[in-house]
Amino acid sequence: MSTQTLAPGTDGGRDTTSRPRSGGLRALTRSVPLVPAILLLAVFLLGPILWSLYGSMTNTALTGYRAADPQFVGLDNYTSLFADADFWASVWITVVFTLASAVVGQNVLGMGLAVLQRMAPKALGSAIGALVVVAWVMPEIVAAFALYAFFSTDGTLNSVLGVVGLGDTTWLITVPLLAVILANVWRGTAFSMLVYRAALSEVPTEIEEAAQIDGANRRQTFFRVTLPMIRRSISTNLMLTTLQTLAVFTIIWVMTGGGPGTKSSTLPVLAYQEAFKYSQVGYGTAIATVTILVGAVFSIVYIKVLKPEVD
Amino acid sequence: MTATTVPTSSGTPGTRGGRAGRAPRGGRVMTVASPRRSSSRLIASAILVLVGVAFLVPLAWILLSSVNPSATVSVSVPSSLTTENFAAVWNLDQTFRPLWNSAVISFGTAFLTVIVGVVAAYPLSRYRMRFQRGFMYTILFATCLPITAIMVPVYTLFVKLQLLDSTTGVIFFMAATSLPMAIWMLKNFMDSVPISLEEAAWVDGAGSMRALRTIVLPLMRPGIAVVLIFVFTGAWGNFFVPFILMTSAEHQPAAVAIYNFFGTYGSVAYGKLAAFSILYSVPVLVLYLVTQRLSGGSNALAGGIKG
Repeated sequence: MSTQTLAPGTDGGRDTTSRPRSGGLRALTRSVPLVPAILLLAVFLLGPILWSLYGSMTNTALTGYRAADPQFVGLDNYTSLFADADFWASVWITVVFTLASAVVGQNVLGMGLAVLQRMAPKALGSAIGALVVVAWVMPEIVAAFALYAFFSTDGTLNSVLGVVGLGDTTWLITVPLLAVILANVWRGTAFSMLVYRAALSEVPTEIEEAAQIDGANRRQTFFRVTLPMIRRSISTNLMLTTLQTLAVFTIIWVMTGGGPGTKSSTLPVLAYQEAFKYSQVGYGTAIATVTILVGAVFSIVYIKVLKPEVD
Repeated sequence: MTATTVPTSSGTPGTRGGRAGRAPRGGRVMTVASPRRSSSRLIASAILVLVGVAFLVPLAWILLSSVNPSATVSVSVPSSLTTENFAAVWNLDQTFRPLWNSAVISFGTAFLTVIVGVVAAYPLSRYRMRFQRGFMYTILFATCLPITAIMVPVYTLFVKLQLLDSTTGVIFFMAATSLPMAIWMLKNFMDSVPISLEEAAWVDGAGSMRALRTIVLPLMRPGIAVVLIFVFTGAWGNFFVPFILMTSAEHQPAAVAIYNFFGTYGSVAYGKLAAFSILYSVPVLVLYLVTQRLSGGSNALAGGIKG
């Protein structure tokens, strides 16, 4: 911004025409278009978050007198939450699910696909890319059913493994977490692939060529030249996929219902189970609050570290 | 799905719209021929085919089961083809009403989000305001929040506000959750429309909202379409929100209807489940192709999350 501040509230910037109005009034009329957005966000986004904070300090039940007239119980829900082994197990499950499926699975596979597509014949790369994208664009519940069928005891995976005599693993019961992790990789890799494909296409080919002329082999070129050049895309994408994965519910719910027991209950699934299966809405709300706080911390770290341009 | 559906960085036919997105640099035409090129090309192709098969199999299960008279959970080539699965779900209760409900919710959410978003993006794009940075950071922060993780308190809030089972309530909630990303994308699209044209309009005495309507909006039509489709697709595929907030069968969108159907008929009806899945998925797949044409491919996404 080259123009200096002229008066409070009327910075120069892109606004080069000055219309005859007083600064304060003009700033006010200019913010009017923001009002509908602010109202919508305040009621339906900030509202639920504040309500969540409040609700987590009540003993609200799903039905009965505690549903109609819940008591304020302060931090009781949090006290029992932090003493609850199931909660800590769920925190651990959430960490494993997020790290394995988003940070490792989707990002590594997404990057791999983006790189391979540039090396392989174009038609093949596009065709495979289309398959990956279809898995991501289709409605989540449909993807969840397809993956449920795939991992079922009589499903496709066991049919294929049956050919080599390994076809009787009950994936969804024995290793439910592994199954939902693989499912989430299948579902979400397209996002990372598209981000990395766009990022790689912005790297000028001359730089990679220069590195190769200087004697770097392909691997060195990729790890020491290309990757550092797109590190912003990588960190942005890592953060976004982490946060998206933190909120995943449908795939886990359809495939395992969080079970057996709570063996694959990430925090959103556990919150649902506590609230609607065991009718402890206040307790479920406390879990939801913890989840959104974790998400908030991640978001703040992301914004602080990456300092995205907002202008 | 044909090979042209997903543009690569080097520009497939899908990218020819290319008005809103940035043109990809470096068309990746290999200029330095390397002796290892053909072997690495082969290895890359082999790996891609393997990964592709893993992605194809669950999709193929849906396609093949939908025309299989005796579908199971395992993918198999049907011994005879049938349309009876489609015929069986081709009725008001199982297909048309849920799809209609999905359409109402998704169109409502998409239009509400884009209208509110465009109006809000205008001052953010055109003026410098004191609270601008703070506002944009808040928007970015809200974009990142895993808001669906808190459906439990949203449920009790909706009970309190008597909005449970209300289509309007669901539309407003979904619009609020998609608004941060929409404002972010719309502002980026709007920034690429030069301001000089509006200055002329301002000099001629047009108000800012009039300048927005008559000058900026027509110039950013592809961007608006991208955001519209982006929000529509999100709402169309959303299961968790209506699952919690929509309680009666006649209001439930397709995502919830299909879940209830599966819960009721379970293992005997995989063919019908697959047939319905296809009817339900086709609209968003088509819309995705439309965005590719409009936005110059993967850059639409990159524009949305540009760090």
